[in-house]
Amino acid sequence: MAVDLPMPRVGPATDLAPRPIRVVLNWGRRYSLWVFNFGLACCAIEFIAASMARHDFIRLGVIPFAPGPRQADLMVVSGTVTDKMAPAVRRLYDQMPEPKYVISFGACSNSGGPYWDSYCVTKGVDTVVPVDVYVPGCPPRPEALLQGILRLQEKIAAESLSTKGIRAKYAGHRRASAGELARGLVRRPATDGEASTHG
Amino acid sequence: MESYVVVAAVVLVGLLLFAAAMAARALIAPKAPTRAKLTTYESGVDPVGQGWAQTQIRYFVYAFLYVIFAVDAVYLFPWALVVRQADLGLASLVEIGVFIGIIVIGLAHAARRGLLRWF
Repeated sequence: MAVDLPMPRVGPATDLAPRPIRVVLNWGRRYSLWVFNFGLACCAIEFIAASMARHDFIRLGVIPFAPGPRQADLMVVSGTVTDKMAPAVRRLYDQMPEPKYVISFGACSNSGGPYWDSYCVTKGVDTVVPVDVYVPGCPPRPEALLQGILRLQEKIAAESLSTKGIRAKYAGHRRASAGELARGLVRRPATDGEASTHG
Repeated sequence: MESYVVVAAVVLVGLLLFAAAMAARALIAPKAPTRAKLTTYESGVDPVGQGWAQTQIRYFVYAFLYVIFAVDAVYLFPWALVVRQADLGLASLVEIGVFIGIIVIGLAHAARRGLLRWF
C-alpha cells in the first residue's frame, strides 16, 4: 500500500521565529504537557498518585486527560515493558503528534529492573522509543516523578525546533513499522554435557 | 432585525477564531508523518478490516426497543412539566396522545414479532 509521506518539517513561522518568540513557544509547550495515561505495571499506581490531589502534577501543567496518543504530548512509560507489549508501546509513541516527549518511570522501564534476566522483558523502554528523562526507583515515589517532570520542562525550555533538526531526528526510521520490534521465541540453549553459562 | 445581526456577528467571530487557530497551527506546528502515525488508532495494535463493518442484524431488536422506550421517556418527562398549564395543557395532551399512539404501533409490532418474550 503506497502511502505518501511528506518530509518532516516545522511550520515556517517556527523556522523564522526570533529568539524571544521561541522562548514564548517553548514556554507554552513546557506548561501544557498533555500526558498520555497508561500503566503497564505497579509503577502506574505511583503515577496515578502523582496525578491526585496530594502531589497534583496538574499544578506543573501536566494534564492527565489525553484520551489517546493523538492528543498527547508526553508519554510516561510506567511499568514493565514486555517484548509482547513493546510493539504496541512503539505504535502509540509513533501516533503522538510532534513535538513529543517520553519519561521512563521506574526501574523496569529504565532497564528491565528486577526482571533484567527474564526471557520476555524488554531491557529498558529506550530500546523501543527515545526517552527524554529517566526516573529511577522501584517504584519511584511521586515526588521523583515531579522532579522528572521539572527536568523535562527544563529540557523543553532549552530546545530549539527546526526543520533541519527534526529531519535529522527522523532520518533513520521513518518507514519502520512497530512490527519490526517483535522478536521470535527464546529457545532453550543446546546443552552438551553440563554446560552452565548462567550465573 | 438587530438581534439577527448579533447572531451573525457571533457566527463570524467563531469562524474567524477557527481560521486563526488553524492558521497558527499550520505556521507553527512541527510535522513528522510516518506510516505508523498515519494508520488508524487501534490502541496500539494493527487495525483489522475496513472502515465499514457489518453488525449482526439481530441487534436491530435492541435499537428498536430502545427507540420505543427511551426516546418515549425523553419526551414524556418535559411534557409532564407543562401538562397542567392552562395554555399548553389540552393541546399537549392531544399531541402526546398522537405520539404515544405511533409508539404503541411500534410496540405492537415488536410484540407480534415475538420480541417481548422472556424465553
